[in-house]
Amino acid sequence: MTDLTKLKIAEARDALRKGDVSSVDLTEACLAAIDKADALGAFVHKTPEIAMTQAKSADARIKAGDAPDLCGIPLGIKDLFCTKGVPSQAASAILNGFKPEYESTVTSQLFDAGAVMLGKLNMDEFAMGSSNETSTYGNAINPWRRGNDDTALTPGGSSGGSASAVAADLCLGATGTDTGGSIRQPAAFTGITGIKPTYGRCSRWGIVAFASSLDQAGPMTKDVRDAAIMLEAMCGHDPKDSTSADLAVPNFEAMLTGDIKGKVIGIPREYRMDGMPEEIETHWAEGRKMLEDAGAQIRDISLPHTKYALPAYYVIAPAEASSNLARYDGVRYGHRAKLAQGDGITEMYEKTRAEGFGKEVQRRVMVGTYVLSAGFYDAYYNRARKVRTLIKRDFEEVFGQGVDAILTPATPSSAFELGKEVTDPVEMYLNDVFTVTVNLAGLPGISVPTGLDSQGLPLGLQLIGRPWEEGDLLNTAYALEQAAGFVAKPTQWW
Amino acid sequence: MSIDIETAARVAKLARIRVEEDALPALAQEFSNILGFIEQLNEVDVEGVEPMVSVEPMRLKRRKDGVTDGGMQDKVLANAPDVREGFFAVPKVVE
Repeated sequence: MTDLTKLKIAEARDALRKGDVSSVDLTEACLAAIDKADALGAFVHKTPEIAMTQAKSADARIKAGDAPDLCGIPLGIKDLFCTKGVPSQAASAILNGFKPEYESTVTSQLFDAGAVMLGKLNMDEFAMGSSNETSTYGNAINPWRRGNDDTALTPGGSSGGSASAVAADLCLGATGTDTGGSIRQPAAFTGITGIKPTYGRCSRWGIVAFASSLDQAGPMTKDVRDAAIMLEAMCGHDPKDSTSADLAVPNFEAMLTGDIKGKVIGIPREYRMDGMPEEIETHWAEGRKMLEDAGAQIRDISLPHTKYALPAYYVIAPAEASSNLARYDGVRYGHRAKLAQGDGITEMYEKTRAEGFGKEVQRRVMVGTYVLSAGFYDAYYNRARKVRTLIKRDFEEVFGQGVDAILTPATPSSAFELGKEVTDPVEMYLNDVFTVTVNLAGLPGISVPTGLDSQGLPLGLQLIGRPWEEGDLLNTAYALEQAAGFVAKPTQWW
Repeated sequence: MSIDIETAARVAKLARIRVEEDALPALAQEFSNILGFIEQLNEVDVEGVEPMVSVEPMRLKRRKDGVTDGGMQDKVLANAPDVREGFFAVPKVVE
């Protein structure tokens, strides 16, 4: 069998079970592809020994007839997940040298299911960014280019390494996390599928915290079926995360019928933004038509507080981050600054954090500190939390009126150039304009690749579902995927 | 809202991040831009709206109040930059 790395998870699973291929073969093929792809900056810590050990035991397990879906499947793991004995730095210099003594719940579940870890994947520092340019490891690069133009493009962020690795066939799937769009935006920029489940579906235990009320893990895969398979293995109640839901996890893959006849799809008018490129608008209209042709009923809806989602997010996320990142003080793990004669503990904290945190992280920690400080707490933080209630209510109302899913663009543009001078951080924040509402409301959202723009770059559409109904959402996404028939792949240059 | 240099310095101090004096004007400008963006929230009528405290309405699980973990001093200390005699070591805190 050639091109093992190009297999999808479902195809590899079936081939493994039939004995057509071994996990060792698959894993070796991926490791070889990874070694040739350093130019993409996707894998930042490679773990070939762990991978080969896991692959061998997966093969034994498959032979014994005890093989869950992910048994023997080589995956990449975002650097935000703590993996036992393997560097887990959240792409930050402040966690230089940190090797957790424990395993995150999500990666434990994946490995218990027999998945193979190829290594750790690049990301924006502490998941703060939309272009993977804030990483201490350097940029991750999008395998896609504009035709013959060799300008390096962003794979998006924060899960940029995950997106780049999956799109370039370095692994069969990858974990991502999503606080404001960090799974869905990079998935859209690289022509892959990414789902953020309902808040509480996946345990956050052992995932480096950014904004605890918004963070969720999810899979980034080559298609919707793979997303269903991988999501099922990642979900489930965990007593170690008090916000994880004690709900049964359905067999998501079994729910992929492609039948969406009679489903009501909402098109929110507020997502038609001023200055939105015409191409994005056309693409969105095409998606609407595809779902309509598949038998869905299209309904124009209103989510009146959409405009306030980004400003609310940029209060709530930094506020939570300033609290979560207080733990990086140079005492228990990671970097500690060299101290001068006479420096006390305060100097140790201040120098350590100035050296260890990158500029964007420092900025967000300080903005968070400001909005939580005495005298401003009500004006900023509490007001943002009230607006969040209204944003969630907007969704509850449309779902209450019988809407099953909402279709929106995934991003306001296709992948943009790396290294573009960003003088105003707010400009970068606008990348999350279509995705951030979903995190604020705790809803499941999926990005599906549905076409190419005029420069030959992938575009994605986002579907937003009702809470806990990932299965139904995945099925709608599956119908959209079938209709769009997106099969394009980046031309290998790396 | 415009943030002055003094406020920027105070916030940096509160956040325990050292910012050199010559970097403060640029920082103050960035804060002003971001806060200007956030000010849009003032347009929203939030009268009588409860602030969101929990994303999905769930009752927190209860468990017996007992020790579930521990006895792993070596693991706890394994990643520390400075460890002495089984403790995290830091610069002198009390005179």
